[in-house]
Amino acid sequence: MLRLFPPLATVLLVGPVLAGLAGTILPAFDYLPVLGHRAAGLQAWRQLLELPGLWTSVWLSLSTGLATTILSMLLVVLLCAAWHGTKVFVALEAWLAPLLSVPHVTVALGLAFVISPSGWIMRCLSPWATGFSHPPDWRIVQDAGGLSLMFGLIAKEAPFLLLMTLAALGQADGKRGSMVARTFGYRPMMGWLKAVFPRVYPQIRLPVLAVLAYGVSVVDVAMVLAPTTPAPLAVRVVKMANDSDLNLRFIASAGALLQCVLVIVGVFCWWLVERTVRWWGIRWVTAGNRGGRESIPRWIASIAGGTLGLAVILGLLAMTVWSVATHWRFPSAIPAGVTWANWTLHASGFTGALCNTLSVAVCTAAASLVLSVGVLEFEAASGRRTMLSQGGFLYIPLVLPQVAFLFGAQVLLALSRLDGEWIALAWLHLVFVFPYVFLALSDAYRAWDERYRRTGLCLGVPPFRVLLRIKLPMLLRPIAAAGAVGFAVSVGQYLPTLFAGAGRFPTLTTEAVALSAGGDLRSVGIYALLQMALPLAAFALALAAPAWCFRHRGGMQVIR
Amino acid sequence: MFTAVLPRILALLVPRFPSLGVLAVLALAGLPSVRGASTNSWTVILAEARGQTVYWNAWGGDDRINAYIAWAAAEAKKRFGIEVRHVKLGDTSEAVSRVLAEKAAGNDDRGSVDLIWINGENFSAMKRHGLLHGPFVDRLPNFRFVDTVSKPTLVDFSVPVDGFEAPWSMAQFVFLYDSRRVGDPPTSAAALLEWAKANPGRFSYPQPPDFLGTTFLKQILLELATDRAPLYRSVDEHQFAAISAPLWAYLDELHPVSWRKGRVFPANGPAQTRQLADGEIDIALSFSPEAASSGIETGQLPETVRTFVWKRGTLGNASFLAIPYNGRAKSGALVLVDFLLSPEAQARKADPRHLGSPTVLSLDKLSPTDLMIFQALPKGKATPSLEELGTPVPELHPYWMDRLEKQWLTRYAAGR
Repeated sequence: MLRLFPPLATVLLVGPVLAGLAGTILPAFDYLPVLGHRAAGLQAWRQLLELPGLWTSVWLSLSTGLATTILSMLLVVLLCAAWHGTKVFVALEAWLAPLLSVPHVTVALGLAFVISPSGWIMRCLSPWATGFSHPPDWRIVQDAGGLSLMFGLIAKEAPFLLLMTLAALGQADGKRGSMVARTFGYRPMMGWLKAVFPRVYPQIRLPVLAVLAYGVSVVDVAMVLAPTTPAPLAVRVVKMANDSDLNLRFIASAGALLQCVLVIVGVFCWWLVERTVRWWGIRWVTAGNRGGRESIPRWIASIAGGTLGLAVILGLLAMTVWSVATHWRFPSAIPAGVTWANWTLHASGFTGALCNTLSVAVCTAAASLVLSVGVLEFEAASGRRTMLSQGGFLYIPLVLPQVAFLFGAQVLLALSRLDGEWIALAWLHLVFVFPYVFLALSDAYRAWDERYRRTGLCLGVPPFRVLLRIKLPMLLRPIAAAGAVGFAVSVGQYLPTLFAGAGRFPTLTTEAVALSAGGDLRSVGIYALLQMALPLAAFALALAAPAWCFRHRGGMQVIR
Repeated sequence: MFTAVLPRILALLVPRFPSLGVLAVLALAGLPSVRGASTNSWTVILAEARGQTVYWNAWGGDDRINAYIAWAAAEAKKRFGIEVRHVKLGDTSEAVSRVLAEKAAGNDDRGSVDLIWINGENFSAMKRHGLLHGPFVDRLPNFRFVDTVSKPTLVDFSVPVDGFEAPWSMAQFVFLYDSRRVGDPPTSAAALLEWAKANPGRFSYPQPPDFLGTTFLKQILLELATDRAPLYRSVDEHQFAAISAPLWAYLDELHPVSWRKGRVFPANGPAQTRQLADGEIDIALSFSPEAASSGIETGQLPETVRTFVWKRGTLGNASFLAIPYNGRAKSGALVLVDFLLSPEAQARKADPRHLGSPTVLSLDKLSPTDLMIFQALPKGKATPSLEELGTPVPELHPYWMDRLEKQWLTRYAAGR
């Protein structure tokens, strides 16, 4: 039975990706028989290259993606070097999971309101400090260089990388490495950078590449924060794919492949960065400089991290305030009044989206847990790693640009009459949810002490009951946490919902993105608040449920 | 289903069992009349509609419209037992492309779209590709109230409707302004440019291909054109370049003195409402003469916002409801459309406290009680009178929308 899990998971995961890729590649070369195109050719590519402003879009995507990755990485490295092993760091860790669980677009919406010229910061400062009675004509949000887009992306990607680094630090024995370096006379930051980081980096390399790929091909955040004259490549590809002129679909397919090329170019650039840092780093480390005063880099790290965190929290707070505001115009720092009317007015609108979001998120998280446990248990029983967990398969959906295969997947779903069906939506979500759940669960699962199993078997308990009665209950905490991660990932999915749902399954995220373009901030606030409340509730449940289950078991309490 | 198969089964049997032939003739003679009567009868449609789920694809960027659709959905559930789901589109072309893709994939009976709010180039595309169910408007009992004489309800952007879509709402292009900041609103293209130069950074328009932004382009073109006749047909590239040249020259002057120097544009009409409310700009565009009153009513706009139009008239059009050929709930869609055309639903739509968009009905055709509902509607203080609005200028040929959008993108959205 267990033997079936790895192939099943692989097919469920990689199947849609490969099929979707094929469904994108063929039209890109002018082959889509249902639309009467059978002549393989380069027509679509010629038209793509003639698109006005294509290279501006390409440069925008590539530069913001790369800069986001480099800056996020820099911030995480500085923060870890400065604070790892201190009390501040422990407090920071506690804040990470909730911050990570908030969908990207919610953070972007909040940030956009906080930093724009008519936003919260300016409202608080006007007119008494700035003298502005109406907002200044400054281009902060949707700036040509994509700075606001990068800000929004770093606000979400830096916490993700930090979490990954924390996990790696545990395995790389970071604390003791740091201590040894300090006994050799290295200053704390210098010691961490020279003795710990080189051992941590190989372990977070794949997550870094996932961040890079995401930054280069992001759509939902870009629709809120990126410039539109022209927009980044991925946004334009999605728009073309939805145009009523079906000939644009061929250009969109070619664009989706160009998006893949961009990711590859991005990865190559990152590789160059890696080589450069390595070449220079080896000399730097072996030179043996112990370092001097570290207060300036320490402060830089803290201020950068603090500003980012504060901006995100302010943004989320602003959305909360908007959802109960009567009206709130520039330059008032607070709304004119508070009312529940917005919530009752929109209740009929958001209940449907809420039900869709919940049903898909719960089912995909549960299915991912079952699959993950199945695969991990097979690995434990057979004593070897499967291709799925070893070969980087898990990272395929995370590294490949979503547009590249979702677009083809949609064509295939339409052909199989599955588009607009709940099951198609859930399946596409699963493709993105499963890797996160698996990665979140695997460390704890593999670390489980096998001697419990042997004890159980010696007492005559059949293997399956050992799993059900001993192993899974003992692993309830990581299982619940992984489930919450999967739930949060599903809640935040934008493109898969858009492509598979055929508009019939609006979720909180698709509604929030649709409204973000211009809708009343009061309703945007409601959707944003629900969007962050759901994952937070899932994480709270993941903490509370095991605590309640183990309330009579002293040995199962969290040790602090 | 069975009635459709029956004649074929009988035909197969006839040669071998001649005695059955008589039965077959009887059966065939009986069947069509029964089926014909059923399709024509509104009561049968009502019965079929009960229990159906109608996926109504409608642009979802405006809260007031969404709230109105939610109200209609609740009423349809209560009165006709129809489940109505609003599929909120970012752009109507998304639904058109979906139906087209379904047709391409051979999905002729289980489409995902049951009803579309549509007009202009999207309607013309659907009609051209044979994606529409109908003609159906004659079957709607409430269609008799529709004003087909003085309102453009039979022609959609110069394309004949031919009964393939039912009119739902009237729209006229208007300007909103904050009367605290703008003393004398500019009522022509030339005056607007002059005003923008005197007040840099205080005017903006939604980014084409948003329909409001494209309408602004068409409005400018109408004002600047020496001859309006070519705008109502498609022309060749050479003519297009010549006729549109004044528009691009105008925009080249306007953009440097616009909001964000013409480098950032709001996404759509509601985004402009937000800009106007926050004082980011002083003049905004809208497609509803009631927009200002209704915005004041809901607290979105300041009390001082008013409406104006241009001296030489502004574009006006109707928007429609169409049923895709492969929808799964055609009866449900028909019943919903008929309800939306009822005096009651139209009056609520015209009410500035709810949506405030003009009705497609002819008040002369209404019963005295229905007429009273319309006459009792409050008139918003920021709504211009019919005389002030003037006669709407008919929409241009869809060719112009498409070409203007593409040209605009090449000129202004391609980066420097």
